[in-house]
Amino acid sequence: MYTMSSKLKLFSLALIIVGAIGLIYGFIDAPSSVEDVKEMLHAEDAAHSGEVAMGSSGVDEAAHADEHAEHVFHQLQNKPWAAIYVPALFIFLISLGVFVFYALQNVSQAGWSPVLFRVMEGITSYLVPGGIIVYIILLLSTLHLNHLFIWMDPEVVANDVIIQNKTAYLNTPFFLIRAAIYMIGWILFSKLIIKNSRKLDEEFSLTLHKRNFKLSAMFLVFFIVTESMMSWDWIMSIDTHWFSTLFGWFVLASILVSAVTTIALVTIYLKGKGYLEHVNNSHIHDLAKFMMGFSIFWAYLWFSQFLLIWYANIPEEVTYYVSRLEDYPVLFFGTVIMNWLLPMLILINSDFKRVNWIVIFAGIIILVGNYMNFFVLIMPGTVGESWFIGIPEISSILLISGIFIFTVFSALAKAPLTVKHSAFLEESKHFQY
Amino acid sequence: MASKVLHAIFTDDDILMQAVKALREKKYSINEVFCPFPVHGLDKALGLPGTRLAITSFLYGLVGLAVSTWMMNFIMIEDWPQNIGGKPSFSYLQNMPAFVPIMFEMTVFFAAHLMVITFYLRSKLWPFKKAENPDVRTTDDKFLMEISVNENNVQAIAEVLHENGASEIKLIDNK
Repeated sequence: MYTMSSKLKLFSLALIIVGAIGLIYGFIDAPSSVEDVKEMLHAEDAAHSGEVAMGSSGVDEAAHADEHAEHVFHQLQNKPWAAIYVPALFIFLISLGVFVFYALQNVSQAGWSPVLFRVMEGITSYLVPGGIIVYIILLLSTLHLNHLFIWMDPEVVANDVIIQNKTAYLNTPFFLIRAAIYMIGWILFSKLIIKNSRKLDEEFSLTLHKRNFKLSAMFLVFFIVTESMMSWDWIMSIDTHWFSTLFGWFVLASILVSAVTTIALVTIYLKGKGYLEHVNNSHIHDLAKFMMGFSIFWAYLWFSQFLLIWYANIPEEVTYYVSRLEDYPVLFFGTVIMNWLLPMLILINSDFKRVNWIVIFAGIIILVGNYMNFFVLIMPGTVGESWFIGIPEISSILLISGIFIFTVFSALAKAPLTVKHSAFLEESKHFQY
Repeated sequence: MASKVLHAIFTDDDILMQAVKALREKKYSINEVFCPFPVHGLDKALGLPGTRLAITSFLYGLVGLAVSTWMMNFIMIEDWPQNIGGKPSFSYLQNMPAFVPIMFEMTVFFAAHLMVITFYLRSKLWPFKKAENPDVRTTDDKFLMEISVNENNVQAIAEVLHENGASEIKLIDNK
């Protein structure tokens, strides 16, 4: 049995407290009126000195400045909201991805992974708190407490024919119902499958094994449909005027690579603490292979989406990349280096994939890179050029990862770290690559 | 090179592995083992060093990447930078997304083909090459181990082989 060390508990609580304080500061620090923003912009202009005087000063320019100030005001007001939304969604999707990987192992009858099942089940337990957090943020958005999704604003929709044509799908009640269906479905499947796995600990039964196989298969079908719709709803609809067909796959690749990385990191941590006696470096090797494979898959989809839009250069869809290239060049291309180039070069070596610290190193790069990926997906549509990775952004990462660590490791302590019965357990214990 | 070799035939790969381990324990040197199919773990039991083919493949891939980059930079950017459908041919980087599919395929092409050719050269395989098969049955269902011997140890080695399940043992002049 694993028990969560008091150090880890303290660490996660510290993360939560520091993160919460930082986030609250972020909300207080956001400008509360357009006047504040005007003053701020004025101060910035003054800092840039004399160029302002150029051009005809008149009513036109003043009106333009007012419009600009209001624009920036909305962006800055969105900033703490988007800051918490990115990690909340990202880490929730990691735990979902871990469960998908777990279901895949069940369905493919993998012989190597049963010794890691409990780790995956532990990470999956974050689905409930993470889902609640994401749902609350979505609910608050529909209540107009923020402007993350412009299509939720009736004033915007009234003046926008493109959005009007999409209101059959993009309307708040349907949006919330859909979100509830995805979440309840995912959580229900995870609860059922994990419950069966716990029951298998008491005694091996072929019926339970088969039931889990069927449930996992059904979940995977349900997941691929809901994941695609989830990515339209929660991410793509931020840029309401834009659409892409492979978007769902692109988000899926990001989810899968970060999920496998998280499994590897938690496994290495627990192994290092002396739990997980049956895990050997062949298991780590397999996880690292998945990390590398999925990061290349991510890059493939990233590039496919980019190449097609760049090559055809149709104005109505290319704006998506124009805003990213202009305002987020470092992050935009940084994700490619972090999520593809570095993991590929580090993990291409077979021996490296067995060395714990190298896998951890590559894993941290992948996780940071995929956070950046979600950042670049969400921020341009919500805060635009006013983005910055500052106190609200970092503290919301701390807050969410604190909750994640606390939930996952207390869930890991609830059941033995190795399943007692699984059709492939013996094979998995002696797995050698 | 010893003037004589022992050819020991085995009928089962498990028994073969056992015999290899027994001989290696007694520090007798095994020249060659002929198998009809890959025997998992035989290379480790024989103490053969790992292959470096993967490393050559990586380097060949880099060559392919360099060739394709140089080729397209020269053709599309330096030699005749035409305006084709408004694509920016001012610098390689500006037009790079269009070149990536070719860069990728050339990398894979070089990595794969040159590695295969390296494999043929290193294992001395080519058309019309004379087969080096000591016993035709080794391509079907028998395993053959070849051990160098001299006057002093021939008896001892034969005994080890016999104890470890060799079904036939022959003493042969080494050509």
